[in-house]
Amino acid sequence: MAEPVSALGGAVFEGFATVREIGPLGMITLRAKPDVPGLEAAVRGAVGTGLPARRQMDWAKDRGCGWMSPDEYLLILPHAEVGRALAGIEAALKGQHFLAVDVSDARAVFRIEGEKADQVLRKLAPADLDAMAPGELRRSRIAQVAGAFWAGEGGYTLVVFRSVAGYVMGVLTHSAQPGSELA
Amino acid sequence: MLILECPYCGVKAEETELQPGGEAHLKRFGPGSSPEDFEAYMFARKNPKGVHFERWRHAYGCGKWFLAARCTATLEVFGTYPAQSPEPPADLVNKIKAKRPEWKGWK
Ligand SMILES: [Zn+2]
Repeated sequence: MAEPVSALGGAVFEGFATVREIGPLGMITLRAKPDVPGLEAAVRGAVGTGLPARRQMDWAKDRGCGWMSPDEYLLILPHAEVGRALAGIEAALKGQHFLAVDVSDARAVFRIEGEKADQVLRKLAPADLDAMAPGELRRSRIAQVAGAFWAGEGGYTLVVFRSVAGYVMGVLTHSAQPGSELA
Repeated sequence: MLILECPYCGVKAEETELQPGGEAHLKRFGPGSSPEDFEAYMFARKNPKGVHFERWRHAYGCGKWFLAARCTATLEVFGTYPAQSPEPPADLVNKIKAKRPEWKGWK
């Protein structure tokens, strides 16, 4: 089997904050309304969390489930476990109205770390980072493309489409230039 | 700057996170309708200076369409509500009436 590779081969930029491309990370898009019978058990079986509240991300160690919209969840798990998790979801929700897809290779993931990591995102997204609740998953715009991010472990994790990974690394690098810190 | 609160995900979304969808509460006239009705549905839109009901999509957020009432002159936002609303909620209409006594209603 081919080894999975991330979009930018782990590119790193050291500015006033550190920008690192990470991954590959396993990701499953699960579309279902929260009242679909068996949904919570299916999510628990796949990543070990319950169903997150609106805009929240629930974690069980390195596995997580994020609320993306009223009928969409993002499951995060080790890349090698996606196939097994998908099969489990398909079995648990058989006959229900839902959709589960492996999107691991359609995404790029970045870590932005350091004391001023927030400033890198503040310059690029029209989102009020101060209004983010603990554990919140915020979907927004990163310069000209869609992105979703959450805070934790001394920085932020940012998920974007893989096709724009180079563009996003570029704007993150620009935003993190030494000397361009916000006052 | 226009900020609309998305009724689905609750984010106070800045305008560039949204996609505008034009006038809200249009009645569709499709096959079988008169040419006049179809033309009006297709092309005729309100363009008031003042209270306006609009469709917006939280394009860079949760992706859902929702409806908003705002003033086109001052950008004051009166409220937002789910797209599955055949007409503006009564409490929103009352709120606008109280603020803009000269307003003639949403239809
Ligand atoms: Zn939204």
